[in-house]
Amino acid sequence: MNKPIARRQFLGASLATGAVATAAGLGLLKTQMAFADNVSGWPAKAFDAKLLKDAMSDSIGKTDVPVSSKVKLTAPTIAENGGAVPVTIEVESPMTADDYIAAVYLFVDHNPTPLASQFTFTPASGQAYIQQRIKMAKTDNVRVVAKTNKGVLMASAPREVKVTIGGCGG
Amino acid sequence: MAGNVGNPMVRMASSAKKGEIVEVRTLIMNPMTTGLTKDKAGKIIPAHFIQTVTITFNDKPLLDIDWSTAVSANPYLAFKLRAESSGTLNIVWKDNTGGHWSANSKLTVA
Repeated sequence: MNKPIARRQFLGASLATGAVATAAGLGLLKTQMAFADNVSGWPAKAFDAKLLKDAMSDSIGKTDVPVSSKVKLTAPTIAENGGAVPVTIEVESPMTADDYIAAVYLFVDHNPTPLASQFTFTPASGQAYIQQRIKMAKTDNVRVVAKTNKGVLMASAPREVKVTIGGCGG
Repeated sequence: MAGNVGNPMVRMASSAKKGEIVEVRTLIMNPMTTGLTKDKAGKIIPAHFIQTVTITFNDKPLLDIDWSTAVSANPYLAFKLRAESSGTLNIVWKDNTGGHWSANSKLTVA
């Protein structure tokens, strides 16, 4: 008489344990996939934006910025490897305590998340200059927006880079 | 690949004239994965990338950088600083998995 009950209890218990294990597994997967451990101060909203206009409004608060010859963006015309496209950013500015470039934003128009990087300068930089390598999913425009310490925004002309092999793996 | 992270390197002139603009070049190992790609078994490769680079000179802020997954693997970075006084340049990289690396370089201003 006791045996069937014991079996049923065992089944119930094992089912519950199974559910807990599944939940734990899902939880683990989720924390690995989401940017759960964002470094404090990292602007997740602007970086997670999927469209250029959203990435721009979340970072600089505008989607239309006048082009200025003071903002120079150098990138290759053709990049064989979209996984490492060298870009150089230079913004003309005296970089004194009263007049300096406070921030620079780098965008790739159609990357899965268009905001690629953001740089916060100080007058101690001497020159608003950055060189780094970025990933580009396909042939696309790269653009830079610079912000002075007085809040004036100016953009580089968009620079088209032809990408032979996309830089997002897959 | 996952084991090959960190090892920050900094290259910069060790001395400069006062007021001179000095270029600093840095490199650090990090996979900079996006979380959007899959491995050969079809499993998503989790995002693992450096999110912030904090650069100070004599403990004063010089340059703060926020990076997305669009920065290439093993990120190279070059920037400039105006040599005003002798001191130590410090660079701290932090990634989204708790990784934390620091490198120093001394500058003598004549």
